[in-house]
Amino acid sequence: MAIVKVRDNFQQARWNEPLIYELSTSGLRGIIPPPVEEEIDSEAGDVFTALPDAVRRKSELGLPEIAQKQVLQHFLHLSQETSGANLNNDMVEGTCTMKYNPRLCEKLALEPDFADIHPDQDPDTVQGMLKIYYEFEKVVKAVSGMDKFSLQPGGGNHAVYTAASIARAYFEEKGEAEQRNEIITTIFSHPCDAAAPATAGYKVITVYPDEHGMPDLEAIKAAANEHTACIFMTNPEDIGIYNIHADEIVEALHAVGALCFYDQANANAFLGIARAREAGFDMCHFNVHKTFGTPHGGEGPACGALGVRDYLAKYLPVPTVEFDGDKYYFDYDKPDSIGKVREYIGQSAVVLKAYAWCKMMGPDYLKECAEISVINNNYMLNIMEKLNGVTHAFRDNGIVRQEQIRYSFEPLTEECGVGSDDMNRRMGDYGIPWFWASHYPWVIPEPMTIEPCESYTKEEIEEFCKVVEICMEEARKDPDKFKEAPFNTAMHKRLENGDLDDPEKWALSWKAYCRKHSK
Amino acid sequence: MGEKKYVHPYIPNSEPAVKRSMLDAIGMESAEGIYKEIPDRLRYHERMDIAEPIIDEYGCERHVRKIMSENMNARDNICFLGGGTWNHYVPAVVETVMERDEFLSAYVGDAYTDHGKFQALWESSSMLSDLTMLEATCTPCYDWANAIAVACRMAARTTQKTEILVAGSIAPDRLKIVRNYCKPELKVTLVDYDKKTSLLNVEDLKAKLNDNVATVYFENPTYLGGLEVKAKEIVELAHETGATAMVGVDPTSLGVLEAPGAYGADYAVGELQPLGLHMSYGGGLGGFISTKDEEKFIAEFPSLLFGVCETSQKGEYGFGEVAYERTSYAQREKGKDFIGTTAALHGVAAAVYMALMGPQGFKELGEGILQRVAYTKAELAKIPGIKIPISGYSYCDFIVDFNDTGKTVKEINKKLLDYKILGGKDISEEFPEYGQSAMYSVTEVHTVEDLKTLFKALSEICAK
Repeated sequence: MAIVKVRDNFQQARWNEPLIYELSTSGLRGIIPPPVEEEIDSEAGDVFTALPDAVRRKSELGLPEIAQKQVLQHFLHLSQETSGANLNNDMVEGTCTMKYNPRLCEKLALEPDFADIHPDQDPDTVQGMLKIYYEFEKVVKAVSGMDKFSLQPGGGNHAVYTAASIARAYFEEKGEAEQRNEIITTIFSHPCDAAAPATAGYKVITVYPDEHGMPDLEAIKAAANEHTACIFMTNPEDIGIYNIHADEIVEALHAVGALCFYDQANANAFLGIARAREAGFDMCHFNVHKTFGTPHGGEGPACGALGVRDYLAKYLPVPTVEFDGDKYYFDYDKPDSIGKVREYIGQSAVVLKAYAWCKMMGPDYLKECAEISVINNNYMLNIMEKLNGVTHAFRDNGIVRQEQIRYSFEPLTEECGVGSDDMNRRMGDYGIPWFWASHYPWVIPEPMTIEPCESYTKEEIEEFCKVVEICMEEARKDPDKFKEAPFNTAMHKRLENGDLDDPEKWALSWKAYCRKHSK
Repeated sequence: MGEKKYVHPYIPNSEPAVKRSMLDAIGMESAEGIYKEIPDRLRYHERMDIAEPIIDEYGCERHVRKIMSENMNARDNICFLGGGTWNHYVPAVVETVMERDEFLSAYVGDAYTDHGKFQALWESSSMLSDLTMLEATCTPCYDWANAIAVACRMAARTTQKTEILVAGSIAPDRLKIVRNYCKPELKVTLVDYDKKTSLLNVEDLKAKLNDNVATVYFENPTYLGGLEVKAKEIVELAHETGATAMVGVDPTSLGVLEAPGAYGADYAVGELQPLGLHMSYGGGLGGFISTKDEEKFIAEFPSLLFGVCETSQKGEYGFGEVAYERTSYAQREKGKDFIGTTAALHGVAAAVYMALMGPQGFKELGEGILQRVAYTKAELAKIPGIKIPISGYSYCDFIVDFNDTGKTVKEINKKLLDYKILGGKDISEEFPEYGQSAMYSVTEVHTVEDLKTLFKALSEICAK
């Protein structure tokens, strides 16, 4: 067995890296663009000078001027001050499914047969790419039971937005768009399940959980009526409790003529275990960058695969990728389509990597991902439950948790005044990346949401728990010092001096910074 | 699955003894002890209908490569496609930084442990602001079209008005995205453009401007390849009625074309892909929105905004989220639109590209592209049957009219493949008023030899 290593002498890279403008020396440069050949130069002449005055740039470009090594060095330093999942014990971003992102997929994405193809090429010249789209759609269909997918949305939120657009189109066709101006969601569903439909014009009804932490079935039934267009709900919700009433909720919503959207952003624990179709949903989505092993990129690029049942397929964004038995082609012939939500057909790099990842897994290893992720989570819970100072949401409700847990440092806060934010900063000093506390509002006080998916070892789970234990001990001994953490990460504690919220002080650019801070 | 059961390299705790010890610790026989919470009627009892895996890495690589070999790429062929994704050179340093696992596999961590991510994205936004001359740029959107759409809703909230005027030469697919996102609250109205120049028809703009217009959106260069000589006048007309003005730009052009901020625009939006991202069949996209550093504009961003701040260590540059309370992360449906995972990594790539290029690089890149395009247009116009329908200079993209050849763009493009050329985009359906025309795009990657290959090929094809 491997050892459990608590990194008690950890020091993250801290380069005190200047802002890039401070590295600038007039006249330096990082790269030379290809010069034009003599023939073009003599034939075309000086076009820049010949441009109409109104379009020719007259103002100086304020960009920094730096030699190549120093540019590379600067960004390598910044990369070392960043804690990606591939090099850290990153089970800590609950709801985000921080898997290992295989290097193979990156290698494939840099191949000229992918990296150097243009999205407007004739479909006959990109049959390989279209095959990848078509085959990956088959995977997500099998995982969800939905009949048709669009891979166009650029992320999970975007897929939820697209679903809201589809609901609107569906009711427009039925002549009920004005009447059905509300959607229902639950407070433990992702904020986008409220915000994205609101952007699409819907009034949002938010339902709170019952005493067991389960979405309140009766409250949902009471909220559903002839004004309801759709329910947008996550399952399991952010706190890791599986909603056993999913199908009853669907039944209640369908009874009033509404649609049902299943937010499957965190579907990892249910691959081959439970699907949207069996629960009766009309639509669902997957965050491909979570469940299907592609990198999160520090918040993208991403793909929100949106699946629908056959009766909603005609509203999907155009085009869809189809196969006639001989060739792959685009189907634009969808007069009822909502149009488009993203340029071209989708985030192809994410789709390619996800396809390759799934090819390494197949049906049985996909299911094994699910099973190991829930075992990991319960193994961690078993250790965490023995620690004083931390508890978890709806602890004694007798329900076995699935893939993630929303822990709470409320007991520690009551004991010594140290809370979730303080713990988060200090745990960084042990090499643990910034954990995901909770979406707002913090219904569960002093939260920490952890999702130890299948990529992590037993020892890494134990390391994490040990760090929690050590930090809580430290907090009790010297809470004032504890609150000054972090000490060993790339950045020290922020001052609460309005730099980020005062329009007179905030600086989104170097120019604004120089102006406002007298640089 | 094959006959041999492997411990999958990506699933360490599936090793039987490890798994057994973990199950023992939680007092369970199997994962079913956990899944018992799911009612049987909600369970899926079949084996998923997914192809069997290729579990060895080499085999999987060969499998995917074989599929991808059915693509024709722009390295073995000469590609003249642009119009939203462009064939620019990707510097080796950009590729290196983008592939760093730290950036690649990070996510939503705060600046304590992700300080570098915050700084890189802040620098990216800052350098975009240098190009646009608008001091506030957000972290990346999904793509250019999404940037327009988001900024239109921002403008509507800032001005409290509900109509958007859009230059009619906008790419139809981009317009579809804007229309969808502005629905149902905003009315989107197209403004005519001049077919000979592709530029906005100022008289039609005057006729359509009214006191309910939130913003006037136009592109410079236009999708069809014109340079908007009346940009300043359009901005002033918009401002006269209380509307804002928004310009769509190719950021690589801003070394040679005037910055939107310089002619008074309130917003600049555009695409990050040409700033050092591979085309990747649309996988290189990322949008940006720049605006003025005024609270009334910044307060309406749905996007994450990074700013510099002080820390307990004197002299250290700290970073954090500016005005976070705006966002849907903080306020759910009461936040501004919605925010989530977008294209942050492409913002990092763009930062590296802009830092490498610097002011000299952008100027030389732009000058060279202007020359190559002018040369190409002049040479193409010499080929019998081919015309260049839009007057004036162009940057990268321009329209080529094949009507007098008696051939369709589709036929011509098919024949160009024999010359290992990926011809320009067929716009006969998008813009039927130009008939059988195609949008060609020439960048710094095209040598005079590449261009001559095109001229020769088109001369031969059109002569037949």
